Amino acid sequence: MSKFVFTSVGRKFMMSITGLFLLMFILVHLTVNLLMIFDDTGALYNQGAHFMVSNPVIRIVEPVLGLGFLIHIIWSLIITWENWRARPVRYKKATRSEATSWASRNMFILGGLVFVFLGIHLYNFYIKIKFTGSPLLEEVMVGDTNVHNTYLLVSTLFKESILYCALYIMGGILLGLHVTHGFWSAFQTIGFNNKQWLNRLQWVARIYAVLVAVGFSIIPLYFIIRF
Amino acid sequence: MQNLDSKIPGGPLAEKWAKHKAAIRVVSPANKRKLEIIVVGTGLGGASAAASLAELGYNVKAFCYQDSPRRAHSIAAQGGINAAKNYRNDNDSVYRLFYDTIKGGDYRAREANVYRLAEVSPNIIDQCVAQGVPFAREYGGLLDTRSFGGVLVSRTFYARGQTGQQLLIGAYQALNRQIDQGNVKMYTRHEMLDLVVIDGKARGIIARDLVTGEVRRFGAHAVVIASGGYGNVFFLSTNAMGSNGSAAWQCYKKGAMFANPCYVQIHPTCIPVHGDQQSKLTLMSESLRNDGRVWVPKKKEDAEKLRQGKIRPNDIPAEDRDYYLERRYPSYGNLVPRDVASRAAKERCDAGFGVNSEGKAVFLDFSDAIKRLGRSVIEERYGNLFQMYEKITDVDPYQEPMQIYPAIHYCMGGTWVDYNLMTTIPGLYAIGEANFSDHGANRLGASALMQGLADGYFILPYTIGDYLAGEIMTPKTDTNAPEFVETENRVLSRLEKLMKVRGTKPVDYYHKALGHLVWEYIGMSRNEAGLKKAIQEIQSLRKEFWGNVKIPGELNNLNQELEKAGRLADFFDIAELMARDALNRKESCGGHFREESVTEDGEAKRNDEEFAYASVWEYSGEEKEPVLHREPLTFESIKLSQRSYK
Amino acid sequence: MADKILKKLNIVVWRQKDAKSKGRFETYAIENISQGSSFLEMLDILNNNLIEKGIEPIAFDHDCREGICGMCSLYINGHPHGPDTEVTTCQLHMRKFDEGDTITIEPWRSRAFPVIKDLIVNRSAFDQILQAGGYVSVNTGGVPDGNAIPVSHEDAEEAMDAAACIGCGTCVAACKNSSAMLFVSAKVSHLAKLPQGQVEAKNRARRMVAKMDELGFGGCTNTGACEAECPKSISISNIARLNREYLSARFSE
Repeated sequence: MSKFVFTSVGRKFMMSITGLFLLMFILVHLTVNLLMIFDDTGALYNQGAHFMVSNPVIRIVEPVLGLGFLIHIIWSLIITWENWRARPVRYKKATRSEATSWASRNMFILGGLVFVFLGIHLYNFYIKIKFTGSPLLEEVMVGDTNVHNTYLLVSTLFKESILYCALYIMGGILLGLHVTHGFWSAFQTIGFNNKQWLNRLQWVARIYAVLVAVGFSIIPLYFIIRF
Repeated sequence: MQNLDSKIPGGPLAEKWAKHKAAIRVVSPANKRKLEIIVVGTGLGGASAAASLAELGYNVKAFCYQDSPRRAHSIAAQGGINAAKNYRNDNDSVYRLFYDTIKGGDYRAREANVYRLAEVSPNIIDQCVAQGVPFAREYGGLLDTRSFGGVLVSRTFYARGQTGQQLLIGAYQALNRQIDQGNVKMYTRHEMLDLVVIDGKARGIIARDLVTGEVRRFGAHAVVIASGGYGNVFFLSTNAMGSNGSAAWQCYKKGAMFANPCYVQIHPTCIPVHGDQQSKLTLMSESLRNDGRVWVPKKKEDAEKLRQGKIRPNDIPAEDRDYYLERRYPSYGNLVPRDVASRAAKERCDAGFGVNSEGKAVFLDFSDAIKRLGRSVIEERYGNLFQMYEKITDVDPYQEPMQIYPAIHYCMGGTWVDYNLMTTIPGLYAIGEANFSDHGANRLGASALMQGLADGYFILPYTIGDYLAGEIMTPKTDTNAPEFVETENRVLSRLEKLMKVRGTKPVDYYHKALGHLVWEYIGMSRNEAGLKKAIQEIQSLRKEFWGNVKIPGELNNLNQELEKAGRLADFFDIAELMARDALNRKESCGGHFREESVTEDGEAKRNDEEFAYASVWEYSGEEKEPVLHREPLTFESIKLSQRSYK
Repeated sequence: MADKILKKLNIVVWRQKDAKSKGRFETYAIENISQGSSFLEMLDILNNNLIEKGIEPIAFDHDCREGICGMCSLYINGHPHGPDTEVTTCQLHMRKFDEGDTITIEPWRSRAFPVIKDLIVNRSAFDQILQAGGYVSVNTGGVPDGNAIPVSHEDAEEAMDAAACIGCGTCVAACKNSSAMLFVSAKVSHLAKLPQGQVEAKNRARRMVAKMDELGFGGCTNTGACEAECPKSISISNIARLNREYLSARFSE
């Protein structure tokens, strides 16, 4: 079984399983984020953020999520390296088939860009919330509990920097593109696909991708337009 | 003279094979492990034989010139495979299949062999199903069949339009399993260039590794030739580009007699030649004649206009069309046997009614069928063929009639074998299209696949044991024996001779020239003067070839021109023997039509008094006339009659 | 219906003396090619011109020239088997090209398909994969009647769809990863869809994937280029089935 994860199908299986897990995470993340645009006082969002840090289930899942990211990234490196080695001499004139999507052929590049974005994103928020702290994060009362004012941290960033807004919109779009392929591909890899489902899954993937891209972009846009 | 004993067992026809199997010797498993067999060719015959022999425990070495055994030209067969299963309850039987095959072959095949073929045919279907061949199924889950030209029952099993491919993949899978288990050693991209005979017995072959150019020796206790037919002697044919007669021909030169070389089948429905740049003809399945109507214009001026592209076929009204098959053969109409349909097309074109720019095509029209059945039905039946036609010709056959013309397709003639499929060289066997035994002067549709698999799965594995039982004390063949060295030297010197010509014309030039000659004089219609002329012209062309061919490249590297040249050199000889055989057979039968032997209304006329025999030719040396032997054909179960399709 | 004549074409083609030599592209001009000619007939003519000039002809694989044997294998203008769809190179016709076109011809490129000479590659890796279980383990004789085990019409048709693979290697040539998954999955699917092949299905998938990996093919990233270029339109849904068979084989170990 230990060798399994390094077979061609096993490698993809690892990508697929971690990918599906990350897809679920993205949905949760997006749901919490969207709370920001429904309450300009930030109370709703802060409550959501607090729930995410205090809930025991989420706290257990958090390191698993980290591991999921790590495996997804490491295996993508292995896969890309192995696949690159499989064609030592390149074509002089290679026209990629019109029938394949650009995203499907460039998952590594898309993933890499998403990774860069992820780094910035983590630096902006996660590190500050978890480790270094920030003056903006002063505790506020929501209901009858004290919570970090995460809303202020996020909204300040978006209100003050068009550049960051653009970056986050870009991040959302890149992620969307990545999952247009990643979503149905994950199902294909675990064997959940056939002639009928192929088309259905590809449609669900597109809908999901649009949801992700629009959902994540809408927040910075909201702050640009409203403030 | 060698002994032409066909070894046909006595007794009633239906019991011959069973009695024979009971009588022949069997090799013990322990001894099989000590014996080696070489199989040349991996089509239906070769692959099935190699796999079956290896399963029995023999050590098999299999050879093919292609890059994989799966490429053999059996793969191109479209229509189906016959078997006397009687699943349809339409009164099919072993006897009926036997009778149809003998009659279809115009009474020029051996009764006992054909009966055995019909007898084992049901086993072939069972075997293929077990291997995972995806035959067409009915909705109840049982095997589907369809009918084919010239018979009254529905006994043709099929896998879409790719029956040959699927059957070959089945045999190839069985072969792969034996390779995996180490019982077969597979040599791809290896071409047999000569047979090694030691003390009168086949003991090995000389083959060239086509990648490195190295000439190598391979020894065995028996050699099986499953190298197909020699149809490429015509240059333009439906055979694969690499299909050749060389393996069989080298055996002929070593003493294996060659039978009925003049029996070749011209298939009526090929896509016509489009110009002088063409290399290959593509067959359109015989099944198309079920729904297509064949015609040419009634008026010569219409034909003229068609040739010049001034009018389209649809411009010609129904009353000005000559449905000549329906006119000449009202009872069989468009479904007359292949040889008859081909000759009728040639007759119309020769009379000036041909419809393409070369004047060598007739129409196969589906418009009536489309009107009657609807386009969707036609699409379901022939969709892939119509698509193929359109890809090649750029004409949509749903809108405009197809153009077709006859082309060489199959060789009924081949290496002479006895009832055990052994040639006149002990230890040398020939199976499938490479032998001559089962189809007489004309082969029925869907029977080639049947014969290849019958020989390989169910006949050779039994009969070869009878010979090998006598070889169990023979040690492994020593490939350093002087006979190997001598044969290898001869092969090398011939290759060097070809390379050293350094003339001015490429191989294709001579192949085309030979093809024209053969098509003209030994094609669909033959006469004494033409055949004599052909022999002379072939001889002078051969001389020119050996003096002026230009083969670039090296001997010790992959060299496709050298491969082609070697094959062509043998085609000259084969063509000459075809002409001699055709000259000798002063009757018309099946695919062999002599203009001197016709009925009053121009149909083929057989002469059973003088020619009810297989012509068996013995090689007597370079530049010497071969010796003709006759194997009389006796018919105990069937009464000979003149075929009529009127 | 006379075909148009292409007065001039430029052919850029990979030349490589043998497996060990270094290759390079050469450019040849060719004149007066009928659009009714097949692509390989054009190459035949070019070769005969080269022979007359004393240049060694271009070596390329081809055999049946009917689109079924799977031997022809050229990468033409960025597409395996050229710009037409659902055809092999031998069925590609010159009417897909125009006057003055430059046509680039390359061999299949893959670590598992090393070049033997010019445009000829060694595809024996495919044979080796099939030898690792791409069969039903039955001996000749002793099998049940063909109708003993019913097979539904749909299953037989689906098996046939997969069995239509001609083993040409387009999938590997088209795939950016040189993956052989479509080829392997076609055989696994063909046999897994039939009761006769079901018995060994798991072991077959396991062995064939192991062999495929060993031979140096890349992995599948589901781009679908293989299906788009496949001359027999083999569906990538077969790859899902292979994954299913393989994973269930590995998980039941």
